[in-house]
Amino acid sequence: MKARAFSYFRAATIDQALDAHARAGDDARFIAGGQSLVPALSLRLQAPRLLIDITHIDALRGVRREGSYLRIGALTRHCEMLSEPLIAEFAPLLAAAAPFVAHPAIRNRGTFGGSVALADPASEFPAMTLAIDAEIEIAGPAGHRRVKADDFFIDLFETALQPGELVTAIHVPLFRADQRFAFDELARRRGDYALVGCGILATCAGDRIDDIRISFFSVGNTPTRVKGTEATLIGASLDPVRIAAAQAALEGDLAPPDSDEVPPAMRLHLARVLLGRLLGRLGEGA
Amino acid sequence: MNGSDETLLDDVDETVRVRFIVNGRKVACEVAPRETLVDCLRNALELTGTHAGCEMGACGACLVQLDGRAVHACLMFAVQADGAKIDTIEGLTESGAIADLQAEFHRRNALQCGFCTPGMLVNAHELLTQIARPSREEIRDALSGNYCRCTGYEAIIDAIDAVAKARSEEGGAT
Ligand SMILES: Cc1cc2nc3c(=O)[nH]c(=O)nc-3n(C[C@H](O)[C@H](O)[C@H](O)COP(=O)(O)OP(=O)(O)OC[C@H]3O[C@@H](n4cnc5c(N)ncnc54)[C@H](O)[C@@H]3O)c2cc1C
Ligand code: FES
Ligand code: FES
Repeated sequence: MKARAFSYFRAATIDQALDAHARAGDDARFIAGGQSLVPALSLRLQAPRLLIDITHIDALRGVRREGSYLRIGALTRHCEMLSEPLIAEFAPLLAAAAPFVAHPAIRNRGTFGGSVALADPASEFPAMTLAIDAEIEIAGPAGHRRVKADDFFIDLFETALQPGELVTAIHVPLFRADQRFAFDELARRRGDYALVGCGILATCAGDRIDDIRISFFSVGNTPTRVKGTEATLIGASLDPVRIAAAQAALEGDLAPPDSDEVPPAMRLHLARVLLGRLLGRLGEGA
Repeated sequence: MNGSDETLLDDVDETVRVRFIVNGRKVACEVAPRETLVDCLRNALELTGTHAGCEMGACGACLVQLDGRAVHACLMFAVQADGAKIDTIEGLTESGAIADLQAEFHRRNALQCGFCTPGMLVNAHELLTQIARPSREEIRDALSGNYCRCTGYEAIIDAIDAVAKARSEEGGAT
């Protein structure tokens, strides 16, 4: 199928992009990697009158350290999330998730900012921004602001972004020597969206967990932090009894929606299996 | 529309002029913004080696190189590629860059109807420029986005594996 006719505007600056969106009376879409938007346009799930290409805006590019944060520009491509040394060092959970995002050629064009802005509940990166306590930097007609990932994902494909607002970067607290991380997902085939996936970032004193953030994807309408489960792990070390207790606690945190493909009970079971594996790896110092 | 600027939107149905360097040659063509790169390559430029299968990013038949990296030509509009360097299967063939891969695909019966073959070759070419000696597991992983409806997968993996081996032995010998 083919997209409905639209006009195309290539923005050179953030202001130009915001201005074009406002002038189109919000009947516009930003296009970054296009790896989700182009199929949506082809299926006519969306039919905006104007596409605003943001991929030539230099201010949205680049990965750099800024104080205690790593600033990852919205246009950072999935393949760069895999290869960029600063991400491997300071945001290793994102680097660990990157190989699971789609296929190589899609990773060559898809962008980190596009993935976070889209907020697909089955996507790896939005959920990982929750696990690492990232902040989303946003530019809009009313100026710049930052929103914590915890407050960004609101409902199915719904975020704190207002129409016409642009994600400009994601700020990630720098990974520290006293932290450990683990990531994995269960999928039918490599590159497919996961049946269930999970990423964990823990702060430890020796074997004791002082803080832990556990984030699941493909388990509900939004990326999902499991705070009740996290609470069962604080102050303890990861022995089999404690891991089993955390697995049991998942039931209080997750309510997977019904679907023909995967019944809720099966998804919850898969989430428990995955959590057990990841906590086991964390316990071994992974 | 509430407060929309019609001067920005009234050209919805107009074509725009785009320029690329396709297979080393400068070309210009008129496209409607909604025309995908794969349609532009096949229809306007008559480069029909790039195939259109699913047109959703799922099958990999439409892979081309854009500024040196493999991308799906069905997942971008031709206007987005304005100013870019594009290499299609025709260009990669002419340059001889993938001659050994093509010979090995032929030798090992890795192509049957040939529909998926251009995409497979572009993908294999990309893989071997990223990883000189991929494991079979890595080859499988890299091909996970390419469908072969003739199910030639084993032979395709054999062919890529053999070329990787031959290239690294050659590199080692010189
Ligand atoms: C076959 C296939 C398999 C895939 N598998 C996976 C997978 O396993 N996991 C996964 O996570 N993804 C997967 N994807 C999606 C892919 O990774 C997309 O690249 C990504 O989700 C969206 O990023 P993008 O840059 O392409 O965004 P686009 O498609 O350009 O945009 C997506 C949406 O976000 C908006 N947007 C984009 N950038 C911004 C910004 N900076 N600020 C505000 N709004 C913005 C757009 O307006 C649009 O509404 C798959 C895609 C395909 C085709
Ligand atoms: S035609 Fe592009 S991936 Fe199938
Ligand atoms: S050879 Fe026929 S689709 Fe692969």
